[in-house]
Amino acid sequence: MKTINIRNMKRNQTGTISAITANGELGRRIRDMGVIPGAQIKIQGRAPLYDPVAVKVMGFTLALRNSEADYIEVAVDQT
Amino acid sequence: MNVTIVLAGNPNAGKTTLFNELTGARQHVGNYPGITVEKKQGQFVKNGNAFNVVDLPGTYSLAAYSLEEVVARNYLIDEKPDMVVNIVDASNLARNLYLSVQLMEMGAPVTIALNMMDMARSCGMHIDADKLSELLGVPVVPTVARTGGGKNELIDAVVERIKKPMPALPRISYGNDIDNALDKMEEAIQQGSFLTDARPARWVALKYLEQDEDILKMGRKVDPRLSNQMEQIVKDVSAHLKKTLNTYPEVMIADHRYGYINAILKRGVLKRSKDQNRLQTSDKIDKIVVNRFMGPLIMAAVIMGLYHFTFNYSEIPVAWFESFFSGLAHVAQTHLPPGNLRSLVVSGVINGVGGVLGFTPLIAFMFLGISALEDSGYLARVSFMLDRIFRYFGLHGGSVMAFITSGGIAGGCAVPGVMAARTLKSKQERLATLLTVPFMSCGAKLPVFALLIAAFFSRHEALIMFMITIVSWLGALLSAKLLRSTIIKGHSTPFIMELPPYRWPTFKGLFIHTWERTWQYIKKAGTIILGISILLWALMTFPGPPESTRAEFARQRAAVVSSASSGLMEEIQRADAGRPLSPKARDIKQRLTSLTFQEAEARLRYSIAGRVGSALEGVTRLAGFDWRTNIALIGGFAAKEVIVSTLGAAYSLGEINPEQTISLSKKLARSPSWNPAVALSLIFFTIFYAPCFVTVTCISRESGSWKWGLFSMAFNTVIAFILAVLAFQIGSLFLY
Repeated sequence: MKTINIRNMKRNQTGTISAITANGELGRRIRDMGVIPGAQIKIQGRAPLYDPVAVKVMGFTLALRNSEADYIEVAVDQT
Repeated sequence: MNVTIVLAGNPNAGKTTLFNELTGARQHVGNYPGITVEKKQGQFVKNGNAFNVVDLPGTYSLAAYSLEEVVARNYLIDEKPDMVVNIVDASNLARNLYLSVQLMEMGAPVTIALNMMDMARSCGMHIDADKLSELLGVPVVPTVARTGGGKNELIDAVVERIKKPMPALPRISYGNDIDNALDKMEEAIQQGSFLTDARPARWVALKYLEQDEDILKMGRKVDPRLSNQMEQIVKDVSAHLKKTLNTYPEVMIADHRYGYINAILKRGVLKRSKDQNRLQTSDKIDKIVVNRFMGPLIMAAVIMGLYHFTFNYSEIPVAWFESFFSGLAHVAQTHLPPGNLRSLVVSGVINGVGGVLGFTPLIAFMFLGISALEDSGYLARVSFMLDRIFRYFGLHGGSVMAFITSGGIAGGCAVPGVMAARTLKSKQERLATLLTVPFMSCGAKLPVFALLIAAFFSRHEALIMFMITIVSWLGALLSAKLLRSTIIKGHSTPFIMELPPYRWPTFKGLFIHTWERTWQYIKKAGTIILGISILLWALMTFPGPPESTRAEFARQRAAVVSSASSGLMEEIQRADAGRPLSPKARDIKQRLTSLTFQEAEARLRYSIAGRVGSALEGVTRLAGFDWRTNIALIGGFAAKEVIVSTLGAAYSLGEINPEQTISLSKKLARSPSWNPAVALSLIFFTIFYAPCFVTVTCISRESGSWKWGLFSMAFNTVIAFILAVLAFQIGSLFLY
């Protein structure tokens, strides 16, 4: 299975979060919002200027910048 | 029985809706002591029990990263409420329970309101509330806050729960390494009575492992030796985790907490009949609303639509208010004897305060529109779409809310806007936001714009208002960029935000929000604005002109009268509106009114305010402002509404025909010293010049230094003046 970070995922692509490489405050924030290893994730879309990105995780929609999305690695589903 | 309950929960879980449902309109908004986080409180009585409800700020967690979290946590520790009602969004169970578990670990008495059960069901989630209650060990009551469903059961459960003893604290396993450290620390904390006056020992230990700054600071102060010992244990376990698992304690704790929650959900609490990341209605709307091409167009259309709605529908009630106040002025004019008292009542009080209150319907309509956008979830999309642009200008997606609160969509207030900037982590981004939000079109500037638009650009109301919005945003963003690349440099900080599902706003919520904000506007008109109006009236009236001037006017008037035959004078005195005067009589009458006008103007010019305004005229003439406008603008520093009220008073003091009271916008449109270019220049100046006194105070407090408050006054006024001069000079070429 291929592992890439969210920045490189395409719209509507799905996968399972395999690792969050951020720690400290950023890592904490990401986890507080329910983004944790093992969660299903789907790229919902991107803002008009391609950044931030909106992802669907645990049934709700979360917006984060590409620079933060870089820390979230996803094992993408094969289509 | 008197019961204090606090409402805690994630943002968008329906906390405010439940709060409104419980307390109705019996609520008031204040601040937590010493800080600027809004504190909502309300009361209600049921079955002979009096309930005091406090709405804690919405948080996702109880770490001490954001100010809201610190506030919520300290409130729970310090105030020890009888019950924490934790609103949990059933359609988003795992993430919402993350906060519940933290509340329980803190030792707070918790009752869970399992809200939005209807939404959860339509997402294909089947939740066993009883099972959840049994596994968590706290009461769980299903509710639908929007309709008030489950409200009574919730209150009953709270009362029932308070009577019972506290259950044992949950002991979640965080993995062997952490559990061992926790046990060791818990024992030492218990023995040393370390911070345990209001906190469970294991929770303190957990916070040390999470490297919680707030607790660490407190611990080091209370017992440095023991705190050192704790920090050593944490260091050891951190080193071990790094070596063996390449991870950190706080990461382990978060992951295990979710693990604990998911384990509970799997034990028969939650069953899904549909894929959870399946496309929901809200996502389908988003596909269009935040679409790369459609999104910005829709955003512009929504704002234009809001202005159209506000101006068109408020026109008639605003006219009612205006004619009511002109009527009142007329009554005062005819019934009070001439002199200072009449002048004070008519020019100071009625024209001053009435000018501001007249716009109440417009303000209410604008607030209604903004509340609807806020409650529907659309504003979060606006932040999402604008973050990239904001970042370019050295701001943050989180600044968008501060901008909108301040009047980004015309009709907010810079004071809560400045406070909304508190959610920003980076000092630089916060400072840049603080200094630029006052450029937005707050509710107090709105009457100024509305007045000038009505007088000079009445054919394009919505369009001009839209242009004002664009100009204020451009000005704010460019100034932010300027500030961020010169005096407040620094890196940008993360943007992580939930986009809540679209919801129909409830009428009750809209009504309460609109009324709250409108009432604040009315209250301000009745207190601050009234006081300033009277003060400015005094400055515009005293000192009265010297005897020689008065005598000179009396002499001139006598000369005019004596030049006319007594028959003509009688004709003038007897004349009523219906019958035209003879040309000779009209000429005499005109000369007399002109004298009255000249005397009034001489009086105003001689007053303190008149002298200051005249002294500034040499400079302000470049922007097209006469001395009267100068008086109004100086008054506007106290509160922007005062611009309108002062213009109202200044133009009624220099009234051409005091018997005939017409609206201020008509007066301005007819006045020879006004034209569209002056109006345009004044619009520019009003957008940009020094924030009102209250805002300056807030900026100083939020930035921690008077330096920044003073800076904003000087910086903004300089920008405003340059733009106003440009607008007037260029406008004079094309418009007039």
